[in-house]
Amino acid sequence: MKPLQFLPEAIDAMTRDALSSFPQECCGFLLGQESPSHREIEEILEVDNRVESNAERRFSISTHDYMKAERRALATGLQLIGVYHSHPAHPAVPSIHDLRVALPTFSYVIASVYADGLAAIRSWQLNENQIFSEEPILNNIPISWQLS
Amino acid sequence: MATLLIPTPLRKFTGGAGLFSAHATNVTGLLHALTAEHPGIRPHLFDDSGTLRTFIRIYVGDEEIDALDGVATALSSDEEVSIIPAIAGGTQ
Repeated sequence: MKPLQFLPEAIDAMTRDALSSFPQECCGFLLGQESPSHREIEEILEVDNRVESNAERRFSISTHDYMKAERRALATGLQLIGVYHSHPAHPAVPSIHDLRVALPTFSYVIASVYADGLAAIRSWQLNENQIFSEEPILNNIPISWQLS
Repeated sequence: MATLLIPTPLRKFTGGAGLFSAHATNVTGLLHALTAEHPGIRPHLFDDSGTLRTFIRIYVGDEEIDALDGVATALSSDEEVSIIPAIAGGTQ
């Protein structure tokens, strides 16, 4: 698994989305470029959590928003690298629901957030055995976002 | 020929190609042409019984095939078909 490197504005935007959505889950897409050494996330695309109930514990992205992300990648020349979502008041570890519909090659970034700040950001990718392996994230979490 | 749009995470199985074209009279024919040429993609589209996976959505133009005739939906020669993965999850 290649490590992920976020541009500062991308990790800030994702963190803001996770904090402002609390106690509900946020979700969106990661766009960037892949080099032999790492995946660089240059921008995020925030989308609405379309789950019909229990948005504190679940998220769902519409097919319309998925196509919007593919079109954004085409328009910018960036690659659709993966998906992010938040786990409010839960660890940044994928659940069985995350695994059930996970796709190969996508990076799945999870932000663990609480009412008073961000606890962790971790990234996961399906391995050849169809289970999640963690991808290192090279960024430090901005100190201003961390829990006191 | 009908054209199939391949979503980014499945392009690993099409040699990086985002488009696949083939002569097909319906959605099933087009998907089978795809899996015949790129067999590695098959388990990501179909389960062991050959049924389309529930988290894979197929659109013909702007219409989801569930609102048409499912995988039997007929295709015209220049139809654009999209494979769209459902993206969902959460803590519980």
